[in-house]
Amino acid sequence: MQAAQILHPRPEGLYCPKADLYVDPTRPVPRALITHGHSDHARMGHGSVLATAETLAIMRARMGPDFAGATQVLKYGEAIELGGVKFSLHSAGHVLGSAQVAAECGGTRVVVSGDYKRQPDPTCPPFEVVPCDVFITEATFALPVFTHPSAEHEVRKLLASVAMFPERAHVVGAYALGNAQRVMAELVRAGWDKPIFVHGAMLDLVKLYQECGVELGDVRHVETAPKSFYAGAIVLCPPGALQTPWVRRFPDPVTSVASGWMRIRARARQQGAELPLVISDHADWCDLQRTIKDTGAGEIWITHGEADALAHWCDQQGLKARALHLVGYGDEEEPSGAAA
Amino acid sequence: MNRFAALLDRLAYEPRRLGKLALLEAYFRETPDPDRGWALAAMTGALTFKNAKAGLIRNLAAERTDPVLFGLSYDFVGDLAETVALMWPADETRANAQLTITDVVEGLQSTPKDKLPEVVASWLDRLDEHGRWALLKLITGALRIGVSARLARTALAQLAGKTADEVEDVWHAVDPPYTDLFAWLEGSGEAPSVSTTVRFYPPMLSHPIDPEEFAPLNAADFVAEWKWDGIRVQAASGKDANGKHIARLYSRTGEDISGSFPDLVAGFDFDAVLDGELLIKRGGGVQDFNTLQQRLNRKSVNAKLMAEFPAFIRVYDLLAEGDDDLRVLPFIERRAKLEAFVRAHPLAPIDLSEMIRFDTWNDLSAARADPSHGGAGIDAEAVEGVMIKRRDAPYLAGRPKGYWFKWKRDPMVIDAVLMYAQRGSGKRSSFYSDYTFGVWTEAGELTPVGKAYFGFTDEELIELDRFVRNNTENRFGPVREVTHTKTKGLVVEVAFEGLQRSTRHKSGVAMRFPRFSRIRWDKRPSDADTLEALQKFLSKGQAPPS
Repeated sequence: MQAAQILHPRPEGLYCPKADLYVDPTRPVPRALITHGHSDHARMGHGSVLATAETLAIMRARMGPDFAGATQVLKYGEAIELGGVKFSLHSAGHVLGSAQVAAECGGTRVVVSGDYKRQPDPTCPPFEVVPCDVFITEATFALPVFTHPSAEHEVRKLLASVAMFPERAHVVGAYALGNAQRVMAELVRAGWDKPIFVHGAMLDLVKLYQECGVELGDVRHVETAPKSFYAGAIVLCPPGALQTPWVRRFPDPVTSVASGWMRIRARARQQGAELPLVISDHADWCDLQRTIKDTGAGEIWITHGEADALAHWCDQQGLKARALHLVGYGDEEEPSGAAA
Repeated sequence: MNRFAALLDRLAYEPRRLGKLALLEAYFRETPDPDRGWALAAMTGALTFKNAKAGLIRNLAAERTDPVLFGLSYDFVGDLAETVALMWPADETRANAQLTITDVVEGLQSTPKDKLPEVVASWLDRLDEHGRWALLKLITGALRIGVSARLARTALAQLAGKTADEVEDVWHAVDPPYTDLFAWLEGSGEAPSVSTTVRFYPPMLSHPIDPEEFAPLNAADFVAEWKWDGIRVQAASGKDANGKHIARLYSRTGEDISGSFPDLVAGFDFDAVLDGELLIKRGGGVQDFNTLQQRLNRKSVNAKLMAEFPAFIRVYDLLAEGDDDLRVLPFIERRAKLEAFVRAHPLAPIDLSEMIRFDTWNDLSAARADPSHGGAGIDAEAVEGVMIKRRDAPYLAGRPKGYWFKWKRDPMVIDAVLMYAQRGSGKRSSFYSDYTFGVWTEAGELTPVGKAYFGFTDEELIELDRFVRNNTENRFGPVREVTHTKTKGLVVEVAFEGLQRSTRHKSGVAMRFPRFSRIRWDKRPSDADTLEALQKFLSKGQAPPS
């Protein structure tokens, strides 16, 4: 069986004709399989949605109860047959509930990575390697300049700065789903036992993570208080809020941004980050390569990101590579992702 | 090197002037000689290395990295030193071995050219990415950490409880690594020998003004000059304490740019400090900024370049003469002295910025609208507006209110369609921020007419970047072709300062200083302007054949 008969790109997203199903469609479709809850992958208005229970809960929290006509839970490792194709979901290590999609038919297995990472993350189960014939991967950080340090190392940098400026507040811009909770969990692991203050836009997802049993520490909503109350405090907010009058309530704030793009100085300055933290929920250059090798796939399709560099590397490894240039993904670590 | 690298890192991300000053002061206080002096020299642009150039870094990158991956990475990052620092195959076991900035600077100065690649590679192997960045930035220059020479001198002054002007006074008499300067600042040494005239005075800057703002002002209280489109400079010349002749050319921020204009500086035969505009004169007329840029963009200055682009200074103020600081005098008194000074120095590479005659604001408005008939004559192409100055204004550092105003010429504006985009460098690197735009030809096709890379806000840049990524039709290396049909595409309002005939451009015209003035998300590409409409902006004598 040819892989393209199982899945192929369409303007709406990756499509399986046998099952009449799209993976992460960017426009409303009758039947969708959603890899994770970020707004560029999980959109409103599909007829029916198949996803992990966590992803469905995240979609419900962000878009309201009527986000889809019908929903169906598929657990990690559980298989479902649709139109003669066997689908299963496998942990992607990206955010809570994030999954890779394995689609198997006629002895050929295609795996769609969705967004993923290999670094340990206390807020979600680790990436599972699924051997396959065709691996369809993201490539957000597919350039050799992107090697992410450990999140632990970056959080230590934050704590060192807090110790150096005890009279100032540290306001960290982090994407509201996944990245923010990871920063909280890493702070707890690094021994931070004081409150972690959060912007109102983050409260719902924080609550959802806590209900799923993820330890995030003493999380509190930012409330009206004299400036001095926040001296030495750590505050999390969507990156977009850093540029608004909202931050003026804090004493001489040190503005920080957590994102893989912080590796590039111009990006950090663009966002006004005085303390850039390279904390990303995407695989870096080395981990993209490692993952491709781990899957044993002979053919690599690249959905979005820096496809040219990764395709070049695949060529050098004797792997067949194809850039799909899917449009509409990959904005969630961008500054404007905060609005979502 | 770690300490210097850490300082550069903190400075690069510290937006506040006071924060930068505190970081610099602490570094100078805590760092021993000669490390701190070399760091000061690096930050004020006082270091150049004969053999260590950007080409050396490119060659090293070519040896150690995959050329395709390097090219893609450089395109994304937009900065050579940063790209190599980030993708250099690291040897973690050796990272951060002891290496001081003095080791590096002395090594770069003394290592023979053929040994240099090997030496620099071994340093790169020993440093982590921050250290590598600092080292490579030393070689390429242009640190981009937001520290001007003036700011560095202010930090030095803070270190010693002196004023920035006191440090300014001795600056010409000291050289890297400035051990005598630090000794004087810390009270353990004599003041370096001082000249009263050969120094930089913080310049007086103007406020932009609109007609409705000066309508209530009395025209008789003001004078006006042309606003010349060159670079603002200070020419300082005189004798030091030992009677030695010194000549310096300073930029607006106090950087010593004498090295780029040896032909000019050699002609400073006076004992004074002048404020004026550096311009190029050819065929009897002052050239526009495009021509000046061809000289500014060169790394090395040679005889051919100097002959081809002869520079001079059109002076508009006299700040000091002999031992006299004239800045307290009213403008018209300084002006009288300036006119006498220019007459007395016929051989100096300077001429006088002429006054514009006007009795009413309407007269001035007419001159601004048509400089060639308003008195600028053959030089009119180099005029970018008028300067309005109060007759009684003293010369005050900074941008004081109510004394000097600039009234720029109105830009020309067209609606164009975005056609191609490329990633930018510097501040806008890694975003698609260099845009090629076009207008419609008679045949109903778009022809590119210019490139712009600013004029939009940071928020708009993010939207533009997303538009490019989501509407890519084709990829040509680093260039993306963006959808541009009659019905689908993005219209941008482009402002520019002039239009010239050009044989180098397919459209036959070249814009001066084009930038986005508005993004017209509301317009369809078919609403954009035509080439015919654009050609109406051609300057006189260049109209298209009808």
